[in-house]
Amino acid sequence: MQSNPNIVVYFAHLAIEQSVINRRLRDVVCDLPNVDFRDLYERYPDFYIDTAAEQSALRRADLIVFQHPIYWYGAPAIFKHFQDTVLLRGFAYGPGGTALHGKDFLLVASTGAPVEEYGPDGVHRYAFEDLIRPIEQTARFCGMNFLAPLVLHGGHTLPADVIESHALEYRRRLEAYRPAGFR
Amino acid sequence: MDDHSLLFNAFIYLLAAVIAVPISKRLGFGAVLGYLLAGVVIGPWGFGLIAEAEDILHFAEFGVVLLLFAIGLELDPKRLWAMRRPILGLGGGQVVLTTGVLAGVGVLLGLAPAIALVAAMGLSLSSTAMALQLLNEKNLLPTPAGQSGFSVLLFQDIAVIPMLAVIPLLAIDNGATANGFDWVALLKAIGVIALIVILGRLLLRPVLRLIAATGLREVFTAFSLLLVIGTALLMAAVGMSMALGAFLAGVLLAESEYRHALESDIEPFKGLLLGLFFIAVGMSIDFGILLRDPIITAALALGLVAVKGVILFVLGRIYGLPSQQLPMFALVLSQGGEFAFVLFGVAQMTGVFAGEMTDTLIVTVALSMLTTPLLMVLNDRFITPRLDRGTAPPMDAMEDQGHAVIIAGFGRFGQIVGRLLHANGIDATVLEHDPNHIETLRRFHFKVFYGDAGRLDLLRAAGAEKARMLVVAIDDREGMLRLVELARENFPNLKVVTRAWDVPHVFELLEKGADVYERETFEGALRLGERVLKQLGFTAWRAKQAAHRFRAYDEQTLQELYQHYHEELDVRARMAADARERMREIMQADEDRLADRSDGDWQQAAPERPAAPQE
Repeated sequence: MQSNPNIVVYFAHLAIEQSVINRRLRDVVCDLPNVDFRDLYERYPDFYIDTAAEQSALRRADLIVFQHPIYWYGAPAIFKHFQDTVLLRGFAYGPGGTALHGKDFLLVASTGAPVEEYGPDGVHRYAFEDLIRPIEQTARFCGMNFLAPLVLHGGHTLPADVIESHALEYRRRLEAYRPAGFR
Repeated sequence: MDDHSLLFNAFIYLLAAVIAVPISKRLGFGAVLGYLLAGVVIGPWGFGLIAEAEDILHFAEFGVVLLLFAIGLELDPKRLWAMRRPILGLGGGQVVLTTGVLAGVGVLLGLAPAIALVAAMGLSLSSTAMALQLLNEKNLLPTPAGQSGFSVLLFQDIAVIPMLAVIPLLAIDNGATANGFDWVALLKAIGVIALIVILGRLLLRPVLRLIAATGLREVFTAFSLLLVIGTALLMAAVGMSMALGAFLAGVLLAESEYRHALESDIEPFKGLLLGLFFIAVGMSIDFGILLRDPIITAALALGLVAVKGVILFVLGRIYGLPSQQLPMFALVLSQGGEFAFVLFGVAQMTGVFAGEMTDTLIVTVALSMLTTPLLMVLNDRFITPRLDRGTAPPMDAMEDQGHAVIIAGFGRFGQIVGRLLHANGIDATVLEHDPNHIETLRRFHFKVFYGDAGRLDLLRAAGAEKARMLVVAIDDREGMLRLVELARENFPNLKVVTRAWDVPHVFELLEKGADVYERETFEGALRLGERVLKQLGFTAWRAKQAAHRFRAYDEQTLQELYQHYHEELDVRARMAADARERMREIMQADEDRLADRSDGDWQQAAPERPAAPQE
């Protein structure tokens, strides 16, 4: 028998104390027993990221989750810095860089604009899945399976019950997660 | 003494101390001489404001007792055991040699052998109060000379016991009545010491815990004093030195968790009583005897200091003390001490001494105590600087070092700079002026050169002409300003990077031409403040941002204030107050703006966005 799959959730938010959605999303998953919840701004407010520690956290995981609000068509800055200092050659890509091969990757994101604004007729002009291609491609380039993202659009306009049911859906997905070939 | 005169006397003592000590310190003579002179002024031979010098002296001796207790607290039994060699060797050597020489001189001067011996024993003892106070004042206790001095004093304190026991024996020779060596007394003494050790080990800590648990600070203070007085009385009851008893109690508590609490409780009493003790010594100098035989008295005092000093110097040399510290070691212990008063008192009582003899000796001792602070000043001014120059090893291979960075001062500040550089493959030429500190650093394989960075020739030898940067990290506010000025004048291309005390010091350094400054406590305090915010529930990021923001505004304010450096003080003070008020508002507004993460406004296009082409 195999134990529960390991999940690592990477999280970043610039002002979690004011957040409605991401704080709730954090609270519903961070205490799951098989979730290693890592708040990047809390851990590395100096941007001095412990590469070795993060690489071994990634190695342990079957599922890697990036959870964050969308800032300017991407993740908060520390996620970029995390990629630049942790997903190194020989670890995530290049010769011997197979540490992440075969793992699953899930993006959990929230946006301020409602979904209609993403697309040719919206103020943001491109479909959301096109705007997050760099994240998707990063995961694929590292040999991971890019699972269908869990996205909540329209941030502050949403009624509380919508946020709550989205949060529970997030929790359910993590609880129900089984890696391929898992019995 | 009725209540009124008690208060009046206290008023006179405090007034004298408050006036004399700051003046003496200002003039560079230290606190001890200030107290002594204050005593002379208010005593029977000065304005005669206070008559009962002897009573006060007895009372104030308790200051010495407290001092020994405090020292005992610093020395746990292990360290004491490690010091056994200097205590027995140096201390024993000093007491035996000095007693021998002085007794010989006494016999040559025509004294009976027994009298000469008792006088010599008393005079061989130095003043623990004086020597430790001076060593402490100058921060010399941790140096090899300071430790050796302490060892000698400790041996003397123990030696008092057999000396006191021997005096009655000598009285027989002198024809007076006495009942031989008192074996019962000796047994009693050993019994009391054993009692103190056993009770101290078993009872003290639980009792202290109980008292500390009451949470009443004054009860703890009361118990601290009670403990010291009790031990002292117990020792005195069997004819032993009260100070030694207190020392013993201190040692027994040195390993306990209450060490620092006891220390800080005793501290003010100790300081005041020691001051009172020195005042009393000043008061008890009998200028009548001095005036009657000024030459003989002065010759006795100076002769005593000379004999003790020379013997200490020779012993120190044999024991391998660093040669630049030898004169200090010899001088600081060269006086007669308070135990002489006790011994001579006993000698008088048992009839070994006649009255005249006791008075002369006491004046001699008191005068010799007066010389010590003066000799120490002379030593600091003239002897030590010369020795330092003579023994300084700075020139070894320094010429061809050619390092780009010179670090002046390698204490707790300069070391961090140096280690960071070293870790990054940059070696610096390091200058440090404290020989003992260098000894330690060398043991840790730091390459450090001895020398006062304030000297131009040394800076030049360290390569200041070719170096790119001088890091000024010495532990001397005024000395730093002089060094910055010196470097600016002589090495215009050298970048001067400085450790600053506080904002006024920053301004002073900038005025002298420093290029870079860092307030020494600023980053540490800011960092701690950040952690306080975190403990209060701020996220790590928010706390970090708050600290960054604070640093930026603080620095900006500092620069603004510096623009007005040459204006009146109250103009600057008002500006600083204004800036502090403003900072709060600005920082709040900044934080609000940056932290606004409400998800609104992402669904509206910018108003001036051109319409989409297809519409």
